[in-house]
Amino acid sequence: MTSFRAGPDANGLFGSFGGQYVAETLMPLIHDLAEEYEKAKLDPEFQKELAYFQRDFVGRPSPLYFAERLTEHCGGAKIYFKREELNHTGAHKINNCIGQALLAKRMGKKRIIAETGAGMHGVATATVAARFGMECVIFMGTTDIDRQQANVFRMKLLGATVIPVVAGTGTLKDAMNEALRDWVTNVHNTFYMIGTVAGPHPYPAMVRDFQAVIGKETREQILAQEGRLPDSLVACIGGGSNAIGLFHPFLDDKDVQIVGVEAAGYGIATGKHAASLNGGVPGVLHGNRTFLLQNDDGQIIDAHSISAGLDYPGIGPEHAWLHDIGRVEYTSVTDDEALTAFHTCCRLEGIIPALESSHALAEAFKRAPTLPKEHLMVINLSGRGDKDMQTVMHHMGEQEKHA
Amino acid sequence: MSRLQTRFAELKQQNRAALVTFVTAGDPNYDASLAILKGLPKAGADVIELGMPFTDPMADGPAIQLANIRALEGRQDLAKTLQMVREFRQDEQATPLVLMGYFNPIHKYGVSRFIADAKEAGVDGLIVVDLPPEHNADLCDPAQAAGIDFIRLTTPTTDDKRLPKVLNGSSGFVYYVSVAGVTGAGSATLEHVQEAVTRLRRHTDLPLCIGFGIRTPEHAATIARLADGVVVGSALIDQIANAASSEQAVDGVLSLCAALAEGVRGARA
Repeated sequence: MTSFRAGPDANGLFGSFGGQYVAETLMPLIHDLAEEYEKAKLDPEFQKELAYFQRDFVGRPSPLYFAERLTEHCGGAKIYFKREELNHTGAHKINNCIGQALLAKRMGKKRIIAETGAGMHGVATATVAARFGMECVIFMGTTDIDRQQANVFRMKLLGATVIPVVAGTGTLKDAMNEALRDWVTNVHNTFYMIGTVAGPHPYPAMVRDFQAVIGKETREQILAQEGRLPDSLVACIGGGSNAIGLFHPFLDDKDVQIVGVEAAGYGIATGKHAASLNGGVPGVLHGNRTFLLQNDDGQIIDAHSISAGLDYPGIGPEHAWLHDIGRVEYTSVTDDEALTAFHTCCRLEGIIPALESSHALAEAFKRAPTLPKEHLMVINLSGRGDKDMQTVMHHMGEQEKHA
Repeated sequence: MSRLQTRFAELKQQNRAALVTFVTAGDPNYDASLAILKGLPKAGADVIELGMPFTDPMADGPAIQLANIRALEGRQDLAKTLQMVREFRQDEQATPLVLMGYFNPIHKYGVSRFIADAKEAGVDGLIVVDLPPEHNADLCDPAQAAGIDFIRLTTPTTDDKRLPKVLNGSSGFVYYVSVAGVTGAGSATLEHVQEAVTRLRRHTDLPLCIGFGIRTPEHAATIARLADGVVVGSALIDQIANAASSEQAVDGVLSLCAALAEGVRGARA
C-alpha cells in the first residue's frame, strides 16, 4: 500500500497542491528555511529541546478525556476529547510556535513576525518571542481586533507590537498579505512564523510536523485506554493545523474514518462562509496552490465565519490533496450549529470550547447518535472559548432581541 | 525578432535607456485607463507594463494596492484587460506591452486559453510576481513556446548561486527589483545599483531594467546611465490617486511620463 503520510515531494507538492508561489525576494529565504528545518528534524539536540519545552512550558501531553455526559446525551458513539485547550495559551497553536521559535533561534533570527485571525496564534507567537527574547510584530485585521480585544491586550502584555491591518475586510487573509509585505522588506533579520499548514513549502509540512504531536499522543493514549485505535476522528478546519496534527499519524490506518469540518457561516448556499473545499475551487494564494473562495475572475472572496480562527478563504494544501483523493471526508457546520454545540458542551461537560472547536463538536453531535456504542470517536478540542465571550454574548443578545 | 528585442535593439543604437512605465489596467476606470495606455507611447514610454488587477497584491505597496482596488471596483477583470490590449494595438504596433500581475486570475482563466488570447490581443511579455522558476511548467514554458516573453524579477536576495536558475528561461528583458521590499517603498543607493548591474551582466546578455522607488526625472536619468531600462510605477499611479477627475488622471500620468522620458533621453547626452 502506498502511504498517505509521505508528502510533500521535493518541490513541496501534495499531488498538485502546495508548492512555492512567492515573490523572488523570498525564494532564497524559503530554501534556507527548508534546508535548516531538514537538518533540525534529524538533530537529536533539537528534538530534545523541543520535547523539553513541549512538556515543561506547554504542559504536554494533553489528556485524552472521556466525555461521559456528552456520550450519554448523544446516545451512540463513545466520545473522547483531545484536550488541546489545556495547553499553555489555551490552544494547539503553541505546539507550532515552540517548534518555529527553536528553529528561528537556530537560524540566528532576532525578529519574529506573524499574522493572526482570532488572536490565538498571535498570543502563542508573542509568548514564545517573550520566552526566547525576540522582537515580535503581529499583523491583525481591524475587524478581528474589534472582536478579539482580550487577545490583543494579551499580545501587548507579552511585549508584542500589534499592527492593525485595514486593507480588504481586515481579517486573516489581509493580515497574511501584510505579514508577507513586511517579510519581503525585512528579509535579513526576520523569521515569519506562519500559524497554520498553509503558505509556501516548507511551512505546510513543517507546521504539520510540529502539530503531529497531537495525533501521536492520541494514538498512544487511546491504545492505553481502549486497547485499540479509534473508529473516527473529528476536527475543525480553517487553515487546518489542528486537524492535520490529529489526522496525520492515522492517515495510513485505513479503518480510522477521518472527518474535517469547515465553517459554513450562514450556510454554503448563501455565499457567506469559509468552506474552501465545499464551496471553493483550486487556485493560488499566499504561496500555495489549494482550494480557494474566489469569483469567476480569480479574485479572492472574503470568507465569513462566526469564528475568527476559521475566517480564511483558503485551506492547507495537504487537506486539498486529502480531499481530492478522498482519504478524508470534509463536511461543514453553520454558525448556528456551532453555537448550539458550544452551549451543549459548556452545560454538559463543564468545558467552554473555542467557537472554532465548536464546529468539530457540532459535526460529532450529528454523527454520534447514529453510531453504535462501541464506536470510538476522538474530537480535537483545539482551543478554549474564553476569547469568544464577547462574540457569544453579542449573539445571545441578538437572539433575545428577536425572541 | 519580437517587439521587445526590436525595441531594445533600436534603443541600443540610439545609445539610450528605455523608459518602462507601469499602470494598472482599469485604474481609475476602463476608459481613462485606455486613454492613458494609448497616450503613453507618444508621451515617451518605450515599454509598457500593464497591471492585471488582483484582490491580494502581496508584493505591492499602498499605491498599487489602491490602484488594484479602484480597478476592481470598476469591475475590471482579465477579459477586459485583454480587450484593452486589443484596443491599444489597433493603432500602436511598435511599443512592446507586458502584462504584470499575480498568477491566480490567469490560473482561473485557464493557462492555455490565456496564452492564446494574450497572443491574439498583442501581448509581448508576462511578469508574474508569484511564479518563481520553480514553477516554470505552470506558465513560463507554455508562454514562451507560444512566443510570449517571460520576464524574470531578480532581487537583492537573488545570489550568484541562484541567478542562473532565475535567468535560465528568462526572455525579453530582466527586471531588477533594486530594493528588498514592496513596490513604491524606498529606493536603492547608486552604489548598490552599480554593483547589481555588474553582477547581473556577468550572468546575462538580456537588457537590464531597474525598478522600485524611482519617482523623478532626475532619479530616472541617474539610473538610465547605468542600465538598459528604468521602470516607474507607483509615482505614475499617485497621479491617478490624486486626480479629481478622469481627465486629470490621464493628464497627470502622461505629463509625468513626458518629464521622465526627457530625463531618460537626456541622461547619456
